[in-house]
Amino acid sequence: MIINHPLLGPRDAAEFIYLGDAALIDRPDWQAEDAMQQFHDYAYLRDNPAGPHRELWYHEQGDRSWLVVTRDTTTHEITDVQMARDVARSRGRDK
Amino acid sequence: MRYSAFRIFREGLTGNKGWKPVWREPDPKPEYDIVIVGGGGHGLATAYYLAKEFGMRNIAVLEKGWIGSGNIGRNTTIIRSNYLLPGNEPFYEFSLRLWEGLEQDFNYNAMVSQRSILNLIHTDAQRDAFVRRGNAMILAGADAELADADQLRAELPFLDFDNARFPIKGGLYQRRGGTVRHDAVAWGYARGADSRGVDIIQNCEVTGFDIENGRCTGVQTSRGAIRARKVAVCVAGSSSRVMEKAGMRLPIESHVLQAFVTEGLKPVIPGVITFGAGHFYVSQSDKGGLVFGGDLDGYNSYAQRGNLPVVEDVAEGGMAIMPMIGRARLLRSWGGIMDMSMDGSPFIDKTGIDGLYFNGGWCYGGFKATPASGFCYAHLLARDEPHPTATQMRLDRFISGNLIDEKGMGNQPNLH
Amino acid sequence: MTQKNRISGGQIDRTRTVAFTFNGKRMAGHPGDTLASALLANGQRLVGRSFKYHRPRGILTAGSEEPNALVELRSGAQQEPNTRATTVELFDGLAANSQNHRGPLEFDLMALTDLMSPFLSAGFYYKTFMWPRAFWEKLYEPVIRASAGLGRLSMQDDPDSYDKGFIHCDLLVIGAGPAGLSAALAAGRAGARVVLADEDFTPGGRLNAETHAVDDMAGADWAAQAVAELAAMDNVRLMPRTTVYGAYDHGTYGALERCTDHLSDAGGKPRQVLWRIYSKRAVLAAGATERPIAFGNNDRPGIMLAGAVRTYANRFGVTPGQEVAVFTNNDDGWRTAADLLARGVAVPAVIDTRDAPAPIDLPGIRHVRNAAVMDTVGRKGLKSITLTDGQVIPADTLAVSGGWNPNVHLTCHQRGRPEWRDDLNAFVPGASLPAGMAVAGAANGALTLAAALAEGQAAANAQIEALGFTPAKTDAPRAEDEPSTCSAFWHVRESRKRAWLDQQNDVTVKDVKLSYREGFRSVEHLKRYTTLGMATDQGKTANIPALAIMAECTGKTIPETGTTIFRPPYTPIPLGALAGRARGTDFRPYRLTPSHNWATENGATFVEVGNWLRAQWFARPGEKGWRDSVDREVEMTRNSVGICDVTTLGKIDIQGRDAAEFLNKVYANGFAKLPVGKVRYGLMLREDGIAYDDGTTARMSENHFVMTTTTANAVLVFRRLEFARQCLWPNMDVHLISTTDGWAQFAVAGPNARNLLRKVVDESHDISNEAFPFMACSEITVCGGMPARLFRISFSGELAYEIAVPARYGNSMMDVLIEAGREFNATPYGTEALGVMRIEKGHAAGPELNGQTTAHNLGMGRMVSQKKECIGNVLSQRPDMIRDDAVKLVGVRPVNRAEPLTAGSHFVNRGETASTETDQGWMTSVAYSPSLGHSVGLGFIRRGDERMGEIVRAVNPLKGGETEVEIVSAHFIDPEGERLRA
Repeated sequence: MIINHPLLGPRDAAEFIYLGDAALIDRPDWQAEDAMQQFHDYAYLRDNPAGPHRELWYHEQGDRSWLVVTRDTTTHEITDVQMARDVARSRGRDK
Repeated sequence: MRYSAFRIFREGLTGNKGWKPVWREPDPKPEYDIVIVGGGGHGLATAYYLAKEFGMRNIAVLEKGWIGSGNIGRNTTIIRSNYLLPGNEPFYEFSLRLWEGLEQDFNYNAMVSQRSILNLIHTDAQRDAFVRRGNAMILAGADAELADADQLRAELPFLDFDNARFPIKGGLYQRRGGTVRHDAVAWGYARGADSRGVDIIQNCEVTGFDIENGRCTGVQTSRGAIRARKVAVCVAGSSSRVMEKAGMRLPIESHVLQAFVTEGLKPVIPGVITFGAGHFYVSQSDKGGLVFGGDLDGYNSYAQRGNLPVVEDVAEGGMAIMPMIGRARLLRSWGGIMDMSMDGSPFIDKTGIDGLYFNGGWCYGGFKATPASGFCYAHLLARDEPHPTATQMRLDRFISGNLIDEKGMGNQPNLH
Repeated sequence: MTQKNRISGGQIDRTRTVAFTFNGKRMAGHPGDTLASALLANGQRLVGRSFKYHRPRGILTAGSEEPNALVELRSGAQQEPNTRATTVELFDGLAANSQNHRGPLEFDLMALTDLMSPFLSAGFYYKTFMWPRAFWEKLYEPVIRASAGLGRLSMQDDPDSYDKGFIHCDLLVIGAGPAGLSAALAAGRAGARVVLADEDFTPGGRLNAETHAVDDMAGADWAAQAVAELAAMDNVRLMPRTTVYGAYDHGTYGALERCTDHLSDAGGKPRQVLWRIYSKRAVLAAGATERPIAFGNNDRPGIMLAGAVRTYANRFGVTPGQEVAVFTNNDDGWRTAADLLARGVAVPAVIDTRDAPAPIDLPGIRHVRNAAVMDTVGRKGLKSITLTDGQVIPADTLAVSGGWNPNVHLTCHQRGRPEWRDDLNAFVPGASLPAGMAVAGAANGALTLAAALAEGQAAANAQIEALGFTPAKTDAPRAEDEPSTCSAFWHVRESRKRAWLDQQNDVTVKDVKLSYREGFRSVEHLKRYTTLGMATDQGKTANIPALAIMAECTGKTIPETGTTIFRPPYTPIPLGALAGRARGTDFRPYRLTPSHNWATENGATFVEVGNWLRAQWFARPGEKGWRDSVDREVEMTRNSVGICDVTTLGKIDIQGRDAAEFLNKVYANGFAKLPVGKVRYGLMLREDGIAYDDGTTARMSENHFVMTTTTANAVLVFRRLEFARQCLWPNMDVHLISTTDGWAQFAVAGPNARNLLRKVVDESHDISNEAFPFMACSEITVCGGMPARLFRISFSGELAYEIAVPARYGNSMMDVLIEAGREFNATPYGTEALGVMRIEKGHAAGPELNGQTTAHNLGMGRMVSQKKECIGNVLSQRPDMIRDDAVKLVGVRPVNRAEPLTAGSHFVNRGETASTETDQGWMTSVAYSPSLGHSVGLGFIRRGDERMGEIVRAVNPLKGGETEVEIVSAHFIDPEGERLRA
């Protein structure tokens, strides 16, 4: 597979490490009333669609960017690649 | 029809015209006691044991394609019970014992061949871990044997002992491990279930569950609605997709695992051999092909195919430990969907919906589990309580924290 | 043997003769021959035996689809089993042997199985061999295995080398037949970067095998001219002898180039190169494969595909026989008769299943209409054929044509399904192609020449236009479209005898019918039950006719019956090529520590630690075994001072205004208030609450930290920190750099550690115990101004430091330290002594931090802060992870101090039988403690922390034996920590 890195252009997927569902960005609030349940869902219940999937890839053999890649799990077609940091900020993550 | 050498002889004399279909092709009835969703190895085994061991007859197995088309139709055929943890080892040992009497039990030669499985050891730390494992196996009633490098050099002279990047320091044998003709397992169970009255219905896709007031009362299928007192799902790689129709999210990701076979060769590899410092395991089939595999591709996929880096990585592992296979040729590769669970261990459990049961999360290890999975699932369905060897295979174990993480990789399915 | 079947013409070099042997028999051929064409030229018809019935077999095809003519090529360690004679380029000295027979090829003892065939029908083995149970493994299976398989591996290491390569191109053209050449010409002329790959050694495809004209010249000459034009283009790379074997994601293709297989001696060059081709677009022009017709005894040597017969006659100047009958259901078969007659070969008859006039006018030909071949005679070589009307026609060769199947394989490698075309009676590529692929020519169903040439050009033009190139305005090469109508005729119903479909695996029409009868009706069941298409030829000639027969049985159409799935590789690929250079000691790279050379020169024994090679111990003269060396290293360190290269521990440089808070989030214990100039032990959890890694982190300045990780987790921890930094807390001002390879780091441990370091550290730095106490850190200079870092940390439990210098000074630094330590009798120590001392001190390491244990298990539960946000603290509190009866890390010592301990033993209470239920835990690490004079161990045991002084059994049934051990504190040495604070 080829991942079109937003900064570096097309790169072989073999340069990357795969993590999984991009929802892993949305780490729950540790002080929430039901933090245990939320962390359980966060850590264990991930999206696993047959179709477009937003997922985290890490450019380990490259610039060490974490990317959010939208890839169809039935065809492997990649339709979108973003810097994970930008996605995280846009989802309200801060410090 | 009972199979035997005599039967073959008689049929051979009369032009092989008297053989009967191995299973019927019934139309679905409107209602069953138990509907099993998924006509793979586990589904068929479940039906077989429900009928044979638990006396239930009014059962249907629904298969969206042809029976045995899932992972039982594409795997590396290995059976073993060399597990570490108490949540797993007794279960897999139970499975191995069922394999040992399987063919006589269902009168079908699935070519269970206890050729042994060997895990190679390359470091002292690995040896310590394998000693712990071997002892855990023996404590659970299984067999294990620690071999040193000299013994292996005598038994397997073709391994690379003298020029290796990761020298072989020994290995953990399970002599009772081995291989089975995978398709025949599905067919044998299907035949045994069918002859006991189970309806095996192919080309029948489940499109939805009938759930009323928290109770599952049947399924919608491409061949109409079917009512059921209990619905038992075991669809391996399709687990997330199917259970989503019941509104459930599972601690499972679907990953692709590639497997490979070479052209047929005269016997070269006696048992199953697993490389301990790379991703490679191999055995030789009765037909002569080297059957081998390695690591997951590592990304979620339902495409049933993988990519080149893993193909090459696996071949590198093979050449690293047995450079005699360089001139053997890869004949076929294939990719299956693995229902990778969050701790690498499976589920055989009730769900939060009455009457709906789930069996899945077998990762890449479902084949060896087929008999016990079927038996334990049948036990759960018939008695509504888990079989003693499968008490920890629960869906809520991530809430309780009672993980069954053989590899210690945590909630990262592609590392299990 | 003489080349009795050599006829005129062909693209062979008759000026030179090439000598070779088959089964030891000396034969001759010419450059340009394949082994198959040379065997035929020499009149060798019987070349192999089938898999199951050991039927005598000859050459069926002229290409990679060959099921029968498999040989063991070359000898010794280079013996290559299952090699298709039809693709082997003849070279001088070639030696080939037939395979899969007992006794001589002509008198194979295993042929007895053929007589047993009524009892060996499809799947017979599933129904027997079950009684008595033990007999399967002891008797039946060994017999089956010995007779199964095909060729033999030499059992020796493959002596050849293989390379890997990567190519990027605009357009990959797969196949250099008419469509492929036409495509490559179009794209090449337009300036696109083109790769043209073909499995054959002579590009041209069917142009070389036919007598068609292109642009008013012989097709083969046109092909040669096109190849010459392409070769002259800088933007085109011609790759003959290269099989594109798989279509992978996003335009990536796998290809195998056979570089020296056609040479007697590779001359040290790689045998083959595995290419990964990254293409923007691709044109698949893989041609088509002819299929046979099934009829009684259709597997005899001398019965060949009609197109293959033409290939041998036109390309190689060989006729397979002297009297060649033709049996066809389509126009194309007639060309075989025409071409043979033109070269003076007798054609006794053309039998056409159709009741139609001859498509080609062949004066004097015996045309049998509306008839079929029903049976044949001639066990080891065809003698005559019997037609459905009872006629017997003497013939030594029968050329059979059942029509052509487009080679759609690569179009299906990404799960695309082919579509049926009624007019061709064949599958053509479906709508769902791999991204970027177009199909042209015969592979696309354009089975005639003019159409193929035009399609190739059009497909290439469309592909490169999409990439922004302007196609050259050139007409497609001119040619005629030959007659090509074909009828749907798959097998001869009148045949009573066995009619083969899959010749290699011996699957007959009867087997397909049996499969149907027994309910194995889906194509996949058919394949799996009968083994149809599972042989080395992957069913290239067998699958479609078998499918047609199954369709007949079920009453469905062929497309309703379905197809099996084509998967890579297109043709088999040697494992050696897939592995390339990554074998032997080159399997994975070595990482060497900065003091590696020093260690080598000073007697180190090395050990693999991940990819690192570390010094395990340093043997001295007179030491009889590793224990002598290790015990001495421990004693010398504990008594005076020892030095160990610990560079392999991961080092991560962490800087930024939020660095302290960042560390506070990634470690389970607090880091926010770590003072500058101090080091702290840190425990890292996974998000699931399991202990992940530990190490120390030093605060060098307000916003600058240096973290160490375990060797094993260096890369993984860095990855996780980047995840935390970029994905979880993206607005933190924190930056990470891995400096594992940047700094050489040495542990200097022992009572004389400070005394030694005083001689190395520049005097301006006060390292007295008061100025530089336990857990201090500082930037310093050594050896008169060289920048360095000093950390007062201890893994051994002794007064100890770790000193870091830029990596390139590492080897020298080792020298300096040893030299400075000479007066203290300093010793270098390796990983074994390191391990002994950490076990004596009770420090957890890999065996304890195995990814399954919690801080609670490790006795560090209270370190996990619940008062701050940090990774893993929430889920670490799940009920089953903080149970009172959980296993706890403890020390153990043998009750009988003389007994050794074994890591991996399990703990069982005295008086209980060892079982899963009574299992109390396990021993993780053991060592002989020279300091204590007996073995010590660490282990996890249920409620261990409450059981100090209790005696349990450490059982080890795997090796036999058990040892009584006493549960004690894990801190065997200096539990108060006085030494390390000294």
